[in-house]
Amino acid sequence: MYLNFGVPLALSIIAIGFVALMLGLQKLLAPQNPYDRKLTPYECGEPPTGRAWINFNVRFYLIALIFVVFEVEIAFVYPIAAVYLEWVRSGRRLYALSEMLIFLLILFVGLVYVWVKHDLEWIKKVPVED
Amino acid sequence: MQTLIQNLIASGAFGKNPPRDLVAAIVVFVMSLVVFLAIALPFAGIVTWVERRVWARIQSRVGPNRVGPQGFLQWLADGVKIVCKEDIVPDEADARLFKLAPFLVMLAFTLPWAVMPFSSSLILADLNVGILYMTAVTALTVVGVLMAGWASNNKWSLIGGVRSAAQIVSYEIPAGLSIFPVVLMTGTLSMQGIIRGQGWAPQHWFLFANPFTFVAANILYMSSLAEANRTPFDLPEAESELVAGFATEYSGWRYACFSMAEWGNLFIIGAIITTLFLGGWQFPHVTNNVVAMNVLELITFSVKVLFLVFLSMWIRATLPRVRIDQLMTACWKYFVPISFVNMIGTAVWVAIWPDGNVAMGYIMFAGAIALGAIFIQRVIYYLRRSQMEVYLNPTI
Repeated sequence: MYLNFGVPLALSIIAIGFVALMLGLQKLLAPQNPYDRKLTPYECGEPPTGRAWINFNVRFYLIALIFVVFEVEIAFVYPIAAVYLEWVRSGRRLYALSEMLIFLLILFVGLVYVWVKHDLEWIKKVPVED
Repeated sequence: MQTLIQNLIASGAFGKNPPRDLVAAIVVFVMSLVVFLAIALPFAGIVTWVERRVWARIQSRVGPNRVGPQGFLQWLADGVKIVCKEDIVPDEADARLFKLAPFLVMLAFTLPWAVMPFSSSLILADLNVGILYMTAVTALTVVGVLMAGWASNNKWSLIGGVRSAAQIVSYEIPAGLSIFPVVLMTGTLSMQGIIRGQGWAPQHWFLFANPFTFVAANILYMSSLAEANRTPFDLPEAESELVAGFATEYSGWRYACFSMAEWGNLFIIGAIITTLFLGGWQFPHVTNNVVAMNVLELITFSVKVLFLVFLSMWIRATLPRVRIDQLMTACWKYFVPISFVNMIGTAVWVAIWPDGNVAMGYIMFAGAIALGAIFIQRVIYYLRRSQMEVYLNPTI
């Protein structure tokens, strides 16, 4: 078993080593001539106006939040999906099916909730309070 | 792998009574290095040239054809050139994160090769969580991309990075849900186990197992294209709006890491679809020679994967880009609910026919052939109507 999981370790060492090796090669071959103008952030040739680290559009964070809920649920469905066939084969069809359906129902209610709350809409109408 | 190590020790290649763990570590490392250097890197390079040639032919151009025969060595020339470029780290960037991001993206491209099932014996590690591992490590890209976008301290990079992150995480959901129908039918997460659950003939593929898996395969392919930032979902690096998206400030080898991972991911997408739905390396048992069988299986697998890679190039050359709200609507309001239906449908199907329904396979396959025939007929009809000259020779 440890042999199998050694492969990802070996591959990550190879990937990091490869990138580092090529960066070293670049250091040897490439010219190094930095000056102020070259090191400014690219903004279509104009001098940059302010920094880019600003408060960003909140919609992207909403999507990320919804994602977290779903992804965690999906991670929990994997074990059930893996043993599902075994349960069916051993004659516990209804049990397996209802187990699966309950799990998916919870997930689906989550989807319906965010849908009804209009969080899936890209342009969201917010009620204006007086 | 286990038997290979035992054979090596028995043959005395490492001397008498070598330390077992050391031999195992060396073999694992060398095999991983072979897969990385002999398959992953050349594919990521050559596919850039192939893609440019394919687009060129589709758009009635010639494409790169100067370096080597038919421009075959273009990718090497590009590689050499890019290493000779100055490495620029902007003054105001967060230098540490800026330098770390290419490593993460490269990791996300390299790690999936561990469970790539090339043939019945050619696989680096047949992990029992294979497909879960695959989805987990490919999702590393989003961290690298977001890091690159944020650390550059450039407005284009920031918009590109955040867009990319939102897109990748959204399409994770339908992609993840579309894997479940296959897991339900095989009861295993191992890549080889899933392939062994299918047959070599198309009617035994999971693509045609029932209507739900057919839809799931299509959703998985589209979601994977979106996760790989391919047109029509290439908003994060939309050249006409965002310069180069999250990679705007990168140059030289650090930039090459991003583009290499992007093109190399095409093979990984193709391999996931092939394994789950297209029967993987399954080939009729024509010979008892293990080596010959493995070569045939390797060819089968490669042909299927390369067809899917070609399909993605075709899509990229044909379709226009979508808008971000369309992208999100398509994902959350169409793909996710349909994926739920797929999963429930397959669960019911498996509960009724645990061993699969062979008749359905034949019906679905016949339907697919009919669809293909209609498609070809329409293409011929429009070609005749437009009275265009057709050049079928790809080497013009």
